[in-house]
Amino acid sequence: MITKEQVEHVAKLARLSLTGEEIDLYSKQLSKILDYIDQLNEVNTKGVEPMTQPIPTVNVMREDLVKKQFARDEILKNAPHEEYGFFRVPKIGE
Amino acid sequence: MTLTQTKTEYEVVIGLEVHAQLKTKTKIFCNCPVDFGAEPNTNVCPVCLGMPGVLPVLNKQVVAYAIKTGLALGCEIVKHCKFDRKQYFYPDLPKNYQISQYDQPICSNGFLDVNGKKIGIQRIHMEEDAGKLVHAGSDRLHGSDYSLVDYNRTGTPLLEIVSLPDIRSIEEARDYAQLLRSILRYLDVCDGNLEEGSMRCDVNVSLRPVGSSILGTRSEIKNVNSFKSLVRAIEAEIERQTEILNSGGKVIQETRLFEENSGKTVSMRSKEEAHDYRYFPEPDLVPLEISKEWINEIKETIPELPHNKKIRYPKDYGLNSDDIKVLIEDRNMAEYYEAVIRLGANPKKAANWLIGPVTAYLKEHKTDIINSCMTPVQLADLLVFIEKGIINDNIAKAEILGEILSNGTNAKEIIEQKGLAQITDEGALKQAVKEVLDQNPEQLKQLKEGKEKVRGFFVGQVMKKTDGKASPNIVNKLIDEFLK
Repeated sequence: MITKEQVEHVAKLARLSLTGEEIDLYSKQLSKILDYIDQLNEVNTKGVEPMTQPIPTVNVMREDLVKKQFARDEILKNAPHEEYGFFRVPKIGE
Repeated sequence: MTLTQTKTEYEVVIGLEVHAQLKTKTKIFCNCPVDFGAEPNTNVCPVCLGMPGVLPVLNKQVVAYAIKTGLALGCEIVKHCKFDRKQYFYPDLPKNYQISQYDQPICSNGFLDVNGKKIGIQRIHMEEDAGKLVHAGSDRLHGSDYSLVDYNRTGTPLLEIVSLPDIRSIEEARDYAQLLRSILRYLDVCDGNLEEGSMRCDVNVSLRPVGSSILGTRSEIKNVNSFKSLVRAIEAEIERQTEILNSGGKVIQETRLFEENSGKTVSMRSKEEAHDYRYFPEPDLVPLEISKEWINEIKETIPELPHNKKIRYPKDYGLNSDDIKVLIEDRNMAEYYEAVIRLGANPKKAANWLIGPVTAYLKEHKTDIINSCMTPVQLADLLVFIEKGIINDNIAKAEILGEILSNGTNAKEIIEQKGLAQITDEGALKQAVKEVLDQNPEQLKQLKEGKEKVRGFFVGQVMKKTDGKASPNIVNKLIDEFLK
């Protein structure tokens, strides 16, 4: 069972602001999802390596070669706020 | 500065986490150049900015450097590993997660031999660096309610090298960090500049009563930007924790910031709360499988490392430990020295020349041995000219060395052009020696009475008369003859 406190904690970590109703709803829904996941624990996985990636490929790598493609102006178009060539963000820390 | 001793009743336990920026041309997951002097946000792309829909692709060189470092530090290299996402919100991290390695680091269980003691290396993993924040407080932004971010550094490849808490003194921590830096530089994987942040040390410090085998609560100190700061930060933290423990208090596990000006550590706790990174495997990258062949190939590229040279040099070259320390600090210098020796130079003499006048010149001209114009052959030749008595030490230092270093002219040419060859003709020197002895009867009397100090005065006077070109050996021999 996922408690309301756990939902609040996860919401805080994910920077989500939830209403009391949403917290109730998500604690129920998340509990159901976890119950479903628990069914998987019934399968005997002894001797089976955990899989971290469903794609049956390894070692996709590139050579260390520079390819510069983007002008700063172009990049900063995606910034909600910019100044002096920097991204501008709310003040952080001291 | 002097190192203070830990209070007798407590033993300090230290572990170091070192972040080393790798000297690759491009970032770890995209083709953007790694270039530290660049204008803000000029080396960024949708991948390192974490735009929706982009895919990271791993830089092969990063993996090769990680393996190289792991091998040099006696680590096991994992056969199979993956990357993970470490989630946290901070504006220097545009994706809101950092791609790192959590439970499958590429290297583990190594060690570093620091002055004969093995300091364990728990793990080495690959990850991406974050961007740089320009905080309010710089004049332009004083009083502002926002920060500015430069993402050029975002995605720069890092190795995080984590030691075990095996370090037991401030000196040992410093020696460990210095040796690690030296090794990273020998391997040519990181330039090891603490001031500029290409190598960053986080220090875990805890105290425990002497004799106890249980670890005390540690604090982690960040913002240590030099070896001097490393020493000062640990000193300050030992003092702080000692006071807490002596007054019956408890040390809290937290992250603290070393403040250069006050020399104190201050709590960063407010920022670090909710240490819950919710790691999970990075779905955008496929796993790595590292073959034995690749490891062997990389093994071949590892040079002899400084701690091995430290053991070998006294045996092979008969040098003392101070000289060795200077010679092996920089790989280029050490390899230059060895090249000069291979050309037949006397090991002690070659060391003296490199440590003394050559290093002085390089420092004065803000360069290094590899960027000077003097080849090992030219230094070896110069030493031969001195050994054969064609020129003396002082002439070589004052008139010849600088020219070889700056222009790459051969010593032979300089000697001929400037007419610097030593006067070794006894007939030619006899007159000069006689004159000097005759002109200084007082000193001559002293010399005859056995005051050998005065001999230097006479040799000096003869040198003056001969523009420094007299052979000191022959002058001494002639003085002896006159005294008979």
